[in-house]
Amino acid sequence: MNIVVCIKQVPDAESVKWDHKTGTLIRDGVKSVINPFDYHAIEAALTLKDKLGAKVTAVTMGPPQAQDAIREAMSLGVDEGVVVSDRAFAGADTLATTYTLAQAIGKLDSVDAVFCGKQAIDGDTAQVGPGLAVRLGFPCVTYVGGMDIINDGKGLRLKRMTEQGYDIVEVEFPVVLTVLSCLNTPRVPSLKGKMRAKKAQIPMWSAEDIGAEPDKIGLAGSPTKVHSTYIPKFEAKREFLEGDPEEQAEALVQRLKEAGII
Amino acid sequence: MANVNYFLTEEQQMIVDLARQIAREKIIPVRAELDEKEEFPWDIMKDLAQADLFGLYIPEEYGGFGGGCFENCLAVEQLAYGCIAVTTTFAASALGGYPIVMYGSDEQKKKYLPEIASGEKLAAFGLTEAGAGSDAAAIKTTAVEDGDYWVLNGTKQWITSGGEAEIYTIIALTDKNKGPRGASAFIVEKGDEGFSFGKKEKKMGLRASATRELIFNDCRIPKDRLLGRRGLGFIIAMKTLDLARPGIGAIGVGLSQAALDESVNYARQRVQFGQPIISFQAIQHMLADMATQIEAARALVYAVARTIDSGEKDISKISAMAKLFPTDVAMKVTTDAVQILGGYGYMKEYPVEKMMRDAKILQIYEGTNQIQRNVIGQALNKEYARK
Repeated sequence: MNIVVCIKQVPDAESVKWDHKTGTLIRDGVKSVINPFDYHAIEAALTLKDKLGAKVTAVTMGPPQAQDAIREAMSLGVDEGVVVSDRAFAGADTLATTYTLAQAIGKLDSVDAVFCGKQAIDGDTAQVGPGLAVRLGFPCVTYVGGMDIINDGKGLRLKRMTEQGYDIVEVEFPVVLTVLSCLNTPRVPSLKGKMRAKKAQIPMWSAEDIGAEPDKIGLAGSPTKVHSTYIPKFEAKREFLEGDPEEQAEALVQRLKEAGII
Repeated sequence: MANVNYFLTEEQQMIVDLARQIAREKIIPVRAELDEKEEFPWDIMKDLAQADLFGLYIPEEYGGFGGGCFENCLAVEQLAYGCIAVTTTFAASALGGYPIVMYGSDEQKKKYLPEIASGEKLAAFGLTEAGAGSDAAAIKTTAVEDGDYWVLNGTKQWITSGGEAEIYTIIALTDKNKGPRGASAFIVEKGDEGFSFGKKEKKMGLRASATRELIFNDCRIPKDRLLGRRGLGFIIAMKTLDLARPGIGAIGVGLSQAALDESVNYARQRVQFGQPIISFQAIQHMLADMATQIEAARALVYAVARTIDSGEKDISKISAMAKLFPTDVAMKVTTDAVQILGGYGYMKEYPVEKMMRDAKILQIYEGTNQIQRNVIGQALNKEYARK
C-alpha cells in the first residue's frame, strides 16, 4: 500500500506578526513550521501504516527550505519525502497547486490514499484536498474526524464532521481525505526517526521533473486574483426585554412573530 | 548572550531536542493534574517508548541506542524540566535495567533488554526494606536454593514503579553469614508465583510516580534468574547506583532550571512599588545565585557522566558528587523560587510549589545526601592514605 501525505510549511502562528497598515503577514524572520492540521494527516497515515503496512511518502510544494518539513515528517515515521520546488511555481493559487501536486503524485508508484490537513492556517482555503481528488480521479472525504479500517483493509469507515453533527461514510481505496485535529493525537518523533531524517537525501523535483505544462503552474496557471482580504463582520442586534416574566414572554413572542420565525 | 557550550555531538543534541519536545508538549500540560490525582503517567511512558528513549543506555544488539551515562543524563535533565515524578518513573526502568546490562547472561540480556529498550515493559529495582535504607546491608529478604528454583521471602519497601513494572531486579540474602558477599541479585517478573504488591504509598511530592511494597511469600523463580554470580548482590547494587547517581543529579539540574525560568519570568512581570521586582537587587541576587549554582551543577554532572563513559572503573566518589551537589542545589533553588513568587508561589495555580515538594525526594532517594557525603569522605580518606 502506498500512502501520500501532502504537507505545507506555514509561518509559525506563535511568532508571526501582522502589518496593520498593509493588512498582510510579516513573514520576514518568522520561523516556518508544518501546518498544524498536517500533523494529524501524518498521524492518520502512520496509523494506517501501523495497521496495514504501507509506504508513506510526504509531498510538499515550496522553497528548498521546505526540506525541513519533510525531515520532520520523516522523524515521525514517514518513509520518504519529496519537495516539489521551482521558481516557476511561485504565485500558485489552489488550482495551480493541485495541478502541481497531482503531477508529482502521478510520478509515485500507484497511490492508494492521499491525506491532507483540513486546510492550511495561512491561506485557509481548504481547497487543495478536494481539488487534488478531482485531478487524481479519486473520491474525496473532507473534515474527517474518525477513521476505522473495513473490508479487510480494502476501505475505510469515516466520520465526516459537519456543523450539525457528523456523517458516517464508507469508502474504498484509492481515496483523498482531509482531516481534522480531533481525529487523533500526533505522536512524538523517535530518536531513530530523527537520525534517519537527518541523513536522508530529500529529492527536489522541478517543473520539468514532474512534466508540468508551463501555463498551468505558478502565476500563469492561477486565475485567482486577491483584491483584498478582510475579516467579515457579523453584526447581531441585541435587545433587552424589560418587565415581569409574563410581559417579557409576550414581548418575545411579538418579536418572533415580527421576524417571521413563528 | 553566550551560554556555556558543552560541545554535544549531533546525536546528543537530538536527544536533548527530543526530550525537551516531550517535556513541553506531553508532560507540562498534564503535570499538575497527574500530581493532584496521583495518576501513573502511562500515556507519557508510551510517548517515551515511541521516542526510543527507554533504550538510550542499552547496547544496540539488544535493541537500544548504545549510549552511556551521559546520554541518559541529557534525556532526564530535559524531562525533569517538565516533571520529576514522570522522569523518576522513566529513570526507574533504567535502574532495573542497568544490572541486566552489566551482569546479565547473554540469555538474560536477549530475553529482557529488548522489552525494556522498546519501553514495552517497565523495569524496577528493589533493594530498600523497612529496616534497611541507608544501611543497605541490613536487608532481611532471603533467597534459598530449592532444586531448580530459588525461593524468595521478605518485603521490599518504597519501590518506584512497584506494581506497574513487569521486570524487577531484586537484592536478597543468600548466605547470611558471609557479610558483603552474602547477597545475590535476581530477576523477578510480575506474575511470578508468590510475588505480590502492597498498597500504593501517599507521598508529599513525586505523586505521579507509583511507590509500593514488593511482597515475596515463598516466591519461586527458576534458577536462571540469578544475575551474575551468587554473592555479587551488594556489588551489583552498588555498581548500579554508582551508574545511576549522575542521572539523579541531572534530574536536579532540569528541575532547578524549570524553577529558575519560572522565577525570572515572574520577576520580570510582577510589579511592586511601581516597578518589576527583578529591578530590586534582593531579587536579582537570588536569581544570580540560582543561575550560577545550576550551571555549576550541570557542568559537574556532565563532566562526571563523561568520565564514567570513558571507562573509569572506581567511580563511587565522583558519582556521589554528581548526585549530592545538584540535588542540594535543586532544593535551594526550588525553595527560593517559591520565595520569589511569594504568595503566588505557595498556590497550586503556579508550578513552583510542586517543584519544591518534588525536590525534597532528590536529597533522599538513591542514597541520602548524608550517605553521599560518607562515600566522598571515605574515598578521600583512602586516597590520601595512599599518598
